[in-house]
Amino acid sequence: MYKIVDKEFFSENVVKLEVEAPLIAKARKPGNFVIVRVGENGERIPLTIASADEKKGTITLVAQRVGVSSTKLTDLNVGDELTDLVGPLGKPTDIEKYGTVVCAGGGVGVAPLLPIVEGMKKAGNKVIVVLAARNKDLIILEKQMRELADEVIIMTDDGSAGKKGLVTNGIEEVILREKVDLCVTIGPAIMMKFVSLLTKKYNLPTIASLNTIMVDGTGMCGACRVTVGGKTKFVCVDGPEFDAHQVDFDEMMMRLGAYKELEKEDLYKIGK
Amino acid sequence: MALEDRNEAWRDELRKSISGKERTSTPRVKMNELDAKIRARSYDEVNQGLTEEQARKEATRCMDCPNPTCMEGCPVGINIPGFIKNIERGEYVEAAKVLRQTSALPAVCGRVCPQEKQCESQCFYKLKLKKEPVAIGYLERFAADFERNSGKMEAPQTAPKNGIKVAAVGSGPAGLSFAGDMAKLGYEVTVFEALHEIGGVLKYGIPGFRLPNEIVDVEIDNLKKMGVKFEKNTIVGKTIGTKDLEAAGFKGLFVASGAGLPRFMNIKGENLIGIMSSNEYLTRVNLMRANTKESDTPVLRGKNVAVIGGGNTAMDSVRTALRLGAERAMLVYRRSEEEMPARLEEVHHAKEEGVEFMTLHNPIEYIGDEKGRVTTMRLQKMQLGEPDASGRRSPIAIEGGIIDVPVDVVIVSIGVSPNPIVPNSVAGLEVSAKGTIVVNDKLQSSIPTLFAGGDIVRGGATVILAMGDGRKAAAEMHKYLSGN
Ligand SMILES: Cc1cc2nc3c(=O)[nH]c(=O)nc-3n(C[C@H](O)[C@H](O)[C@H](O)COP(=O)(O)OP(=O)(O)OC[C@H]3O[C@@H](n4cnc5c(N)ncnc54)[C@H](O)[C@@H]3O)c2cc1C
Ligand SMILES: Cc1cc2nc3c(=O)[nH]c(=O)nc-3n(C[C@H](O)[C@H](O)[C@H](O)COP(=O)(O)OP(=O)(O)OC[C@H]3O[C@@H](n4cnc5c(N)ncnc54)[C@H](O)[C@@H]3O)c2cc1C
Ligand code: SF4
Ligand code: SF4
Ligand code: FES
Repeated sequence: MYKIVDKEFFSENVVKLEVEAPLIAKARKPGNFVIVRVGENGERIPLTIASADEKKGTITLVAQRVGVSSTKLTDLNVGDELTDLVGPLGKPTDIEKYGTVVCAGGGVGVAPLLPIVEGMKKAGNKVIVVLAARNKDLIILEKQMRELADEVIIMTDDGSAGKKGLVTNGIEEVILREKVDLCVTIGPAIMMKFVSLLTKKYNLPTIASLNTIMVDGTGMCGACRVTVGGKTKFVCVDGPEFDAHQVDFDEMMMRLGAYKELEKEDLYKIGK
Repeated sequence: MALEDRNEAWRDELRKSISGKERTSTPRVKMNELDAKIRARSYDEVNQGLTEEQARKEATRCMDCPNPTCMEGCPVGINIPGFIKNIERGEYVEAAKVLRQTSALPAVCGRVCPQEKQCESQCFYKLKLKKEPVAIGYLERFAADFERNSGKMEAPQTAPKNGIKVAAVGSGPAGLSFAGDMAKLGYEVTVFEALHEIGGVLKYGIPGFRLPNEIVDVEIDNLKKMGVKFEKNTIVGKTIGTKDLEAAGFKGLFVASGAGLPRFMNIKGENLIGIMSSNEYLTRVNLMRANTKESDTPVLRGKNVAVIGGGNTAMDSVRTALRLGAERAMLVYRRSEEEMPARLEEVHHAKEEGVEFMTLHNPIEYIGDEKGRVTTMRLQKMQLGEPDASGRRSPIAIEGGIIDVPVDVVIVSIGVSPNPIVPNSVAGLEVSAKGTIVVNDKLQSSIPTLFAGGDIVRGGATVILAMGDGRKAAAEMHKYLSGN
């Protein structure tokens, strides 16, 4: 079960995995995610379903190496099996024809942005992707994004690729240039916070896909809770996508740091 | 031969073999326990069980009443004197057989039933003699453990396969007992479970120091031997819909998806780091084994840990905190100890292990540091007023009675709501305002082929009630599907 049938490196730290999961392949919608577990001592980690092939009965995941669990996952090879895989979870993205959609991704958010870009394009939108990173080497999935989107804008902190500047500079450039109907942003909480502040200024409706800490992914534990519009919401069942202008990003950032120290202690497991 | 027949000759002889006076003057047996200091830092099971000698002696206390009132206190009506007298005569496997006529999980119920409120509260000793009741729970556990350890435990006989497919949604006590009974009747049973382990709350909730996983696993293995199929990592309503199950040939569905949704108090600071639901805390430790070094799942270990609530879940959480190394483990409850819904034994054990009981206190706010980690809980002192709808005296705030207590981990354990996934995903299913599935006295929902039971119908209840529902739903579904 959950056998890996294909693996491709998008970059040194970003891996595409195609996994056998016929039921999920059939039931999933863009924006849904799965929870995977590698090994009997493995942690349950959430990953967006990048695409699915219902006929083949497979789903595709794009995972970026950030810590122990994502490393164990991306170290697996074709023929290996995931220990556990459950989904599809979360509410699907509201994919419709909006007009012009800016999709802004950075860091861990670029992979889960991919299926949204694909979905928005298929729905007939003009899609402009803004990818941001500290430097050239950290830009991922550029090729895949270029194949899907109408335009890709690259922003780096040091100007080593694309334009020098932050993700917000890239988005603002588009807003000033043409009429934008929707912004979708996925990335580190701090990035989403600044994107949200910017688009609020321009009254541009914005969706943020939140990547909080999760355990079960089915609404059972509350580890993923965030404050949206003053109310506590569970990202795994009420989200993962929310109106960015209503999200308390400061609280979310704080909560993401809950296990930082403990995660560092675990790095010995992958020889670091 | 009926093992539980009171009129059997052996039973009559047994009754006469010891005088009533001798029986009633025997003191109630004491459970063998691990030393409180040692066990508070270990995950080993606290109760060590009775020895054979202790069990037989305790069994002699039972008067084999002609009208056993104890049975009225058991939600599933176990033939209590029937199994106890088999222990008294030394036929332990037979005793277990009597238990199994009614209960699918005697080793579990003997450990976790709130006996003091159920069977034991209605024992002749308690009602008429004003003495300590017969230790029915301990004896039940003894018989079930003996059977398991004897190697004589056989998977029950199953009727020839009838080729009819039925499914249980959820693998807690309700789903498991439904599966067992349907398999016995010859149905092809599949149990779908959302998590990566089978057992529901028995695995992810109740800790190993109260209910070791192996005990649940033995029951699951038995079900497998009976032909029950288990599909883990499968969420009915997400991975596969009820319509898909129908299309795949399932003729009946028993929804036993439990009450998995944690409640919070919605007070200021509740989303600070270090504050979590008991579901999260217990899942990290019991399901993900975050207490072991090998596990990739982390858990926050605090020096000062507070658990909010007074039920079994709160008690399990606070005792887990001790085992994770807390120096100060506090239980904060807004009523007094008398109103606590937790099992009496758990309260005693928690106290022995050094849990600090802060009754008549209620949190009103949490305060954190610059990193967003909780550092302080602000408590309101309470007093008891008039009884409320539940019959318990309701707590009222004492004006000006506010204290701050340093904490670094807080576990919120104030109850759970029904799991909404199935109720939300099935069109035409009648659901109550509280989110529970509405069923008739046959446990049948507004959709005739969909039965439901356990916590998804009752809200948070007990293992024995969930198990009883599973068995009842099996009997009723069988009638329905066979056209009676
Ligand atoms: C709904 C959802 C969908 C997701 N989809 C994808 C996906 O398609 N592809 C993908 O690569 N990742 C995705 N993620 C993020 C992924 O789950 C985490 O990267 C993973 O859990 C990290 O586990 P780890 O043990 O490898 O790293 P850890 O040891 O847990 O963390 C290592 C470092 O990364 C940081 N970090 C961990 N998780 C996150 C996070 N969620 N956001 C920002 N920083 C984080 C930590 O603070 C730490 O510094 C998704 C997350 C959610 C909630
Ligand atoms: C910490 C704790 C301690 C307790 N202590 C005691 C005690 O000492 N004595 C006592 O009598 N009772 C106790 N209880 C209560 C008792 O455990 C429950 O009443 C009982 O487990 C309910 O059984 P159930 O079968 O209805 O549901 P559960 O045991 O909750 O099982 C439901 C299962 O269904 C699965 N599920 C949910 N939705 C889906 C879906 N859509 N598809 C597939 N699977 C799904 C869940 O993952 C879960 O495994 C305790 C509860 C807790 C949480
Ligand atoms: S099942 Fe529970 S209530 Fe019934 S006799 Fe056994 S311990 Fe008592
Ligand atoms: S009421 Fe007590 S003494 Fe009488 S049969 Fe039941 S357990 Fe035995
Ligand atoms: S991950 Fe547990 S409730 Fe969302």
